[in-house]
Amino acid sequence: MQISVTVNGAVHTNDVEPRVLLTDYLRRILGLTGTHMGCDTTSCGVCTVLLDGTPVKSCTVFAVQANGRSITTVEGLRQDGALSAVQRGFKQEHGLQCGFCTPAMMLVGTALLERNPDPSEDDVRWAISGNLCRCTGYMNIIKAIQWAANERRTAEGLPEQRTVSLDQPQEVTA
Amino acid sequence: MYPARFDYQAPATLDEALDVLGERGEDVKVLAGGQSLIPLMKLRFAQPSMLVDINRIPGLDFIDASNGYLRIGALVRHNSVVTSDVVRRTNQTVAHAAPWVSDPIVRNLGTVCGSLAHADPQGDWASVMLACGAEVVARKKSGERVIPMTEFITDVFTTQLEPDELVTEVRVPKYAGPSGGTYLKLERKVGDYATVGVATHLTLDAAGRIVQAGIAMTAVGATNIKAVEAERALIGAEPTADAFTQASRLAAQASEPQDDVRGSAAYKRHVVEVFVHRGLATAAELARAA
Repeated sequence: MQISVTVNGAVHTNDVEPRVLLTDYLRRILGLTGTHMGCDTTSCGVCTVLLDGTPVKSCTVFAVQANGRSITTVEGLRQDGALSAVQRGFKQEHGLQCGFCTPAMMLVGTALLERNPDPSEDDVRWAISGNLCRCTGYMNIIKAIQWAANERRTAEGLPEQRTVSLDQPQEVTA
Repeated sequence: MYPARFDYQAPATLDEALDVLGERGEDVKVLAGGQSLIPLMKLRFAQPSMLVDINRIPGLDFIDASNGYLRIGALVRHNSVVTSDVVRRTNQTVAHAAPWVSDPIVRNLGTVCGSLAHADPQGDWASVMLACGAEVVARKKSGERVIPMTEFITDVFTTQLEPDELVTEVRVPKYAGPSGGTYLKLERKVGDYATVGVATHLTLDAAGRIVQAGIAMTAVGATNIKAVEAERALIGAEPTADAFTQASRLAAQASEPQDDVRGSAAYKRHVVEVFVHRGLATAAELARAA
């Protein structure tokens, strides 16, 4: 089946079998190996990419489902040839050790900051709870995303403000 | 891992999708969020010859609270329920359950109706819908029928759905009177299946007595279990700790947990008892404040 997918801003048209997974479309057909394949069973989250801005596990999406839609991978995070705030945050706060979960963590962090420019530590923990880091470097990953949030707010001249969390369970009180 | 080969269609209208199901029903699977179906296909537990991808059909992603129901359309993602003000205002059991379904990334794609149609006994939504007295709306080419949730799931991973039918929505009745509810889930880690999950719901009358009670349990049987006797024991009762103790014992008796890697049967039955009591107490507190 012929599909056209916008990947990191560029349109790609390819003929793919329906059973080709989005991960393999990106890695093998487009050669974008920044998206990793880990558990292959929807658990670890290292294959996460943004589908129309929303994080999805690309091992659990068929490439044909992305037809006509827009994908962002880690290769698309750079802005104007420079590292994005989230990427710089990971460098600054030592947010990676082996690096295997890093592309997914940065994409999830990027999507979080689009929705919630000033996340609390809890918000960040909740947002990355679908992604495993087997180096267990979570503390620095959280700091990296919060560093990026600060950077972005400073760059845009926004005051520090606590926004209401969108995703966490509501406190069960009367 | 790769699924076996399959044909793929992504119809632009519901009628077109129903046509395909009518023609090739037996061996076709409907693809909504795909977060349970695709892993099953990759593991070759499921080998449909065709997928009908309904994601391009407009008008199926509604959350709507009119005409006496909270209605959740076939393409509503778990995360849309998490962030929905309509849900939060209408039904607390549904609202409290949504953030506990799988993990945040899976919630971006997985759907409520898809989860119900998948009928995994460890699925959270079926318990919520059983406790709340929900109905599933299924459509095929020749018409539509409404299936009470109590009849919808017939066995492990098995529902009443005919091969040519598609779930278009699940609807939860609005309650006449102050109501409250919650969903409690014990899981080993985010994204794991429930060790035990319990959905509760209570509606009170003007005198503060219980007129409607819903209790259903996840992961402690071959299907989600509605604790009918426990519910019955609560009708007409004052929402007191004593009443909840009795109901939680009856619910624990109705559970059929098994020993597995997540815990012993005895442990799970104990958790059921604790969760039913705690869930009912919270539901009553929320109903009194409503």
